[in-house]
Amino acid sequence: MEYIKTDLITALPELTVLFMAMFILLLDLFIKPKNRIVIYGLAQFTLLAAAYFTVVTYNPSVGYAFSNMFVDDPLADILKLMTFLGTSMMLVYTRQYMQQRGMFRGEYYAMVLFALLGMMIMISGQSLLTIYMGLELLSLCLYSLVAFDRDNARATEAAMKYFVLGALASGMLLYGMSMIYGMTGSLNVAEISSALLEMNTKNPVLILGLVFVVAGLAFKFGAVPFQMWVPDVYQGAPTSITLLIGSVPKFAAFAITIRLLAQGLQPLAVDWQDMLLIMAVLSIAIGNITAIAQTNLKRMLAYSTISHVGFLLFGFMSANLNGFASSMFYISAYVLMTLAGFGMILLLSRQGFEAENLDDLKGLNQRSPWAAFLMLITMFSMAGVPPTLGFYAKFTVLQAALQAGFIWAVVFAVVMAAIGAFYYLRVVKLMYFDAPKDNARISAPVDMQLVLSINAAALLLLGIMPQTLMQICGVAIVISLQ
Amino acid sequence: MTLPQISLLIVLLPLIAAAIVGLWGRHLPRASAHWLTIAGVGAAFVLSVIVFKATLNGYTANYNLYTWLTSGDIQFNVGFLIDNLTAMMMVVVTFVSLMVHVYTIGYMSEDPGYSRFFSYISLFTFAMLMLVMSNNFMQLFFGWEAVGLVSYLLIGFWYKRPTAIYANLKAFLVNRVGDFGFLLGIGMVLYYTGSLDYATVFQTAPALADVQVTLIPNVSWSLMTVACILLFIGAMGKSAQVPLHVWLPDSMEGPTPISALIHAATMVTAGIFMVARMSPLFELSTTALSFVMIIGAITALFMGFLGIIQNDIKRVVAYSTLSQLGYMTVALGASAYSVAIFHLMTHAFFKALLFLAAGSVIMGMHHDQDIRNMGNLKKYMPVTWITSLVGSLALIGTPFFAGFYSKDSIIEAVALSNITGSGFAYFAILAGVFVTAFYSFRLYFLVFHGKEKWRKTSHSHDHVHAADEHHHGLSPQDDPHEPGWVVKLPLILLAIPSLIIGYIAIEPMLFGEFFSGVIFVNDEVHPAMAHLTHHYHEILHSPAGMALHGFMTLPFMLAAFGVLLAWFFYMKRPDIPAAIQKKFSLINQILENKYGFDAFNERFFAGGARSLGEKLWKIGDIQLIDGAMVNGTARLIGRISGKVRHLQSGLIYHYAFAMIIGVFLFLTFFIKIN
Repeated sequence: MEYIKTDLITALPELTVLFMAMFILLLDLFIKPKNRIVIYGLAQFTLLAAAYFTVVTYNPSVGYAFSNMFVDDPLADILKLMTFLGTSMMLVYTRQYMQQRGMFRGEYYAMVLFALLGMMIMISGQSLLTIYMGLELLSLCLYSLVAFDRDNARATEAAMKYFVLGALASGMLLYGMSMIYGMTGSLNVAEISSALLEMNTKNPVLILGLVFVVAGLAFKFGAVPFQMWVPDVYQGAPTSITLLIGSVPKFAAFAITIRLLAQGLQPLAVDWQDMLLIMAVLSIAIGNITAIAQTNLKRMLAYSTISHVGFLLFGFMSANLNGFASSMFYISAYVLMTLAGFGMILLLSRQGFEAENLDDLKGLNQRSPWAAFLMLITMFSMAGVPPTLGFYAKFTVLQAALQAGFIWAVVFAVVMAAIGAFYYLRVVKLMYFDAPKDNARISAPVDMQLVLSINAAALLLLGIMPQTLMQICGVAIVISLQ
Repeated sequence: MTLPQISLLIVLLPLIAAAIVGLWGRHLPRASAHWLTIAGVGAAFVLSVIVFKATLNGYTANYNLYTWLTSGDIQFNVGFLIDNLTAMMMVVVTFVSLMVHVYTIGYMSEDPGYSRFFSYISLFTFAMLMLVMSNNFMQLFFGWEAVGLVSYLLIGFWYKRPTAIYANLKAFLVNRVGDFGFLLGIGMVLYYTGSLDYATVFQTAPALADVQVTLIPNVSWSLMTVACILLFIGAMGKSAQVPLHVWLPDSMEGPTPISALIHAATMVTAGIFMVARMSPLFELSTTALSFVMIIGAITALFMGFLGIIQNDIKRVVAYSTLSQLGYMTVALGASAYSVAIFHLMTHAFFKALLFLAAGSVIMGMHHDQDIRNMGNLKKYMPVTWITSLVGSLALIGTPFFAGFYSKDSIIEAVALSNITGSGFAYFAILAGVFVTAFYSFRLYFLVFHGKEKWRKTSHSHDHVHAADEHHHGLSPQDDPHEPGWVVKLPLILLAIPSLIIGYIAIEPMLFGEFFSGVIFVNDEVHPAMAHLTHHYHEILHSPAGMALHGFMTLPFMLAAFGVLLAWFFYMKRPDIPAAIQKKFSLINQILENKYGFDAFNERFFAGGARSLGEKLWKIGDIQLIDGAMVNGTARLIGRISGKVRHLQSGLIYHYAFAMIIGVFLFLTFFIKIN
């Protein structure tokens, strides 16, 4: 009994989210539509409670639960807290949007919480099975969320594509996992790692498994050549769901990459470094180049995501603690920027109007200088203009890659970043130098305006003072990986 | 509150005010623009006084606030170095800035860019404070560029005027030249000392005194000489020393309050401040000091000459600023850093006063800036008249006035200096005294005395420099009026220090312990300052003694002669200047053309750059880069982009196919290489 009790306490945040998600699902049956705001409040409360339990049960060293299938270490705790924060911001941004489109329903919040639960399990997954289970829970929620507006043909099409390709990727991941299990005889990442150290890593079956696992991970991130779903899903899904897909799940994807590659398959680093290198270079190139040709803002940001993933992989492919920490920094920066970018699209949208084309940003400065300024910071940060957070994030991953000896790849990335600056700056040009196309008043709830302002301001402030965040990432990685 | 917190507030308050007014100024009531920024700068001034008091009681601090980033072994910090020099600069900057803020309420009252202007000058205050409070080269450079940026924005404040755009572009370009040298200098310091931190650099520097560097094969220079001259080139740009002075007269296109704040009292003295701050480096190279002194002497004298023939009221004051900056530079060259800083301070007060008074006259004359159309304004604008007189007397160095103490000390220090070029410099600045007195009082007499010339002029003749859209000038039947209290009060408050600050401050600043531990002078090699102190204690004893003695010295006679001559020429016999002008038309021509600097730059640099640019453009750009590379690349990227787009067909089996192909290629490749 005692064992179970400690296990359950370790997973207290997960249990909270699970319980509340089910509670919301039930409550929704009894609540009147005009009182649905209560559900929104409950969802936010859940995040707060989960965050509270995460802080209370914070473990400054590494601890295991559920027969070593579940890990509680600083990396998990910090990533979870970041995920809560991001999810909470996302809920603030999407409330009005969902209300105006008749999607403000209990299932939405239940589904988001289930997705969150999936992410949390991924983050704490220490066994191939837990990782896979979390991944599937998250993915299934996301598929159905994309189709949430079920009468929208584009959304259902996007959901269908996402589902089929996601199933394919899941299959690949599972296939790869099974090979690794077959070779090492264990599902636990730590045991896999020690087993690998004692065998010949040139074994083709291992490589086969590795390639499939990497492909599965790459799909989750949206790295080339597994990026095909990203633009279609980003564009097709309701913007609020795009915001969700584009932001916090990347924390979970980051976590399982750390668990699988850095903890479990570290002995195969020589091989996966090269795989990541190829994918990173291709992602940056294709992401940045294709983004130039886009006229749809959501689609442009989708390609921008692909290029960001490329940069993120630069940190990973260094295959050392410094590189992982810089990747973690990058992913935090990326999520903040994505939240701000899609948050801005939501801010400009209104009943019956989606501000998703680049032309919709024209003359924004004349309509709302403040909104234009926030978007300016976001775009500068995405492009990596100093002193924004995006600059520092790019700087750290490239520095890590440079120290690991990938000189030419870094040079290439910098050139590509310069090409990428074009489409970000085009947004700025449209906002500041073109005449507005529509002059509708921008109306948004105060809380959304406030959070969005803080979000964009954080991009600037964290760029000027990046040390704290950098230290948090460094501590999380060092304690959890040693 | 602790002093570090206060120091941080001093910097942040103007920045916050600037940000609020700049971002939301259009939505806030008009008056809030000046209330907010004045509150910010006013508080910064009060807090600066508190810090200054603390430093007078021996408080010094050198600390880093945070590390911006670390690259290898080099840390880029933001931090403050608070000592007597810093604190004094903080007080001067915030005080003059506060005066200018108040004055602006009156001067810009009808301007559509009201809140923008306040936001800029508040931002300037922030940048200038960052510059003077810095404890390292990076932050110094940040402040340096930031004040340059705001200066650029403000020169072109009336961005619809072609002349203003020309002027701010010119300021921008010329400052690039200076900054290039400055950046090279910083780079050199960093390379050889391995640090950007002042304290570390100053500690390491003496060990580098004998290091030689070879820039061109077979010729080696002393490292310190090269580094100091490069740093000084930065100062030449910012502090407008010949030949990088050309931007300052044109900067008068900006509104008058910023001419007072930026282009007279504070920003242009940043170069002087920087060299004084770097005294431990400059002391290691007598050659660099000689260079500094000669450049300063040329500026002091030759820019003064140009003041004589100007007819635009602001340009006269601008050339006088150039000449006074030359004086400060000469003092730096003579290792009399404290004297240079002293003159910087007195000059900040009286020159800000003169500019603001000129602005008051311009308002009274309905934006006519031509002094030939003025006269007898003392009857209509008494406060402006009296304060201008105080400012002019301080400028020419009348004993007991602030300018006397600083200027006389400079002249004495140069007389006692023994480095190469000090003889020439001594002659130049002595002659400069006469020239200063002459043009200052030419301006004064023409504006405030004599006949009321606007009554008979028709405003058809050319005002080359006064062409602005709301220029109408005063109609012959109208009387000029003195503007309201927001204009008069700053004039009076600036006139007080112009009168007394020299008397109060000379003893502690020059001959006391004020700058000990801040400014470093190698008395054995450069004994001028030590001799000056000795001379003061042995012969003069007190500020009053110095002033009384001042009446019997050559500089005073020269100044008095200059004033008399100005009176005689422009009040008594106005026909004489005209006759001279005719007789010596060649000299006049040279002066009119400002020694040909502008024409030379225009033809050689601008023209040369243009023709070089055109060639590069036609051959390099259009054919090679545009044709082959950029458009080629753009076409290529466009083509790739188009191609890649086709991959994104929207068909699900294409996507799945791509994934499987990807996995397949990876598999083949990695299994093969293993």
